[in-house]
Amino acid sequence: MLGLVAAALIVIGIYTDWLQPLRERVTGLVAPFYWITDTPERVGDWAGEQLRTREELLEENGRLKRQVLLLEQRSQLLAALKAENTQLKELMNSADAVDERVLVAQIIGVSPDPLEHVLVIDKGRDDGVGLGTPIMDASGLLGQVIEAGDSASRVLLITDASHAIPVQVLRNSVRAVAEGTGDLYRLKLRHLANTSDIREGDLLLSSGLGGRFPDGYPVGEVISVQRDPGRAFVEAEVQPRGRMNRSRFVLAVIEERDSENGAADSIERERDRGSE
Amino acid sequence: MEANNRWFIAVTVLLALLLAVMPLPHNWLWFRPSFTALLVIFWITRMPQNLGVGFAWLVGLLEDLVTGATIGTHALALGVLAYFSLLTYQRTRAFNPAQQLMWVFILVGINQVVGNWVHGLAGKPVPGLTFLWPAITSALLWPWVAPWLGLMAGRLQVR
Repeated sequence: MLGLVAAALIVIGIYTDWLQPLRERVTGLVAPFYWITDTPERVGDWAGEQLRTREELLEENGRLKRQVLLLEQRSQLLAALKAENTQLKELMNSADAVDERVLVAQIIGVSPDPLEHVLVIDKGRDDGVGLGTPIMDASGLLGQVIEAGDSASRVLLITDASHAIPVQVLRNSVRAVAEGTGDLYRLKLRHLANTSDIREGDLLLSSGLGGRFPDGYPVGEVISVQRDPGRAFVEAEVQPRGRMNRSRFVLAVIEERDSENGAADSIERERDRGSE
Repeated sequence: MEANNRWFIAVTVLLALLLAVMPLPHNWLWFRPSFTALLVIFWITRMPQNLGVGFAWLVGLLEDLVTGATIGTHALALGVLAYFSLLTYQRTRAFNPAQQLMWVFILVGINQVVGNWVHGLAGKPVPGLTFLWPAITSALLWPWVAPWLGLMAGRLQVR
């Protein structure tokens, strides 16, 4: 009897999303488990911060100051570019870029299932994180939120075997879809036309198609292209830019949209497509 | 009213759930022993009159919720495991340590097979027999876990 109930739950869980609200509620409730098991790590971090010598701190301080200077200079340049870009876009009558707010979140847990690449972060709906919120680190995109609890969320990494993200090549805007492989250091581009211009070393950015990820964030770098004239498509391997299993702090990119419905609709649509 | 110290069972379940989500390096994840499975075998072999498939099912459901697995996966797997443990608890008690170890390997193996079947259903790639590693590590842990739990349960007179 209980076996039947469990089997029914499994089928419902896999083939429908009826259990999604329950799972989101639970994500928040079970966060303490992850928080507790994360304690040794946090103690380690704390000890690492407390037990530093003065020289190390001074050196780090100096390095950070230099870095801030460099970044400030770059961001000034960026402000000018952004203004110019907006102006050009206005001339072309295209839509305004969406304003984005970035929130720093801490990773408090990793899914115990080796078959899925899922992280648990300590931010949830209370902080503005919602279903589909893109998550990135300093070097690139990491993934998106698949379950948002009140104070914690689960993040599906772009390397998970069930994940795919629309990308484009920085050099020439060739579009493709980067699929996760279940390997933390590999993505795959499949079904590229044989003639498409893609090379090793090309940087891939998120293209913003599909409406889930904002455009222009680095996703990965092409490390090998297999061109076999006998096959219909070219396959390329991509190394993700984000440090999938090393980041401790991540950034949640929260879009400030006028209507919440727009985002929800696109998510609905994407899920429908996924289940087909 | 007599004290039966059932709370100790709840404590062990909580501990097992914590161990189930303990962060591990990614390459070690395949070897994580199934602590909930060990727990279910232990408690059912010890108190077959009081605990049964329902208990295992509940533990499994909690594990599903905590680990974020497809809801029902562990509930089903541990339910099946509990059923077999109930059928054989008399033999399990009489086995010598080596036999017990083998038997635990088989029981946890059954648990893993059911879990793996659900993974397959969910469309996740299932690579070969690697899913049986937890059965081996769990079986190797049994000679440490069982006496310790037995000692504690004996001291506290869990009934």
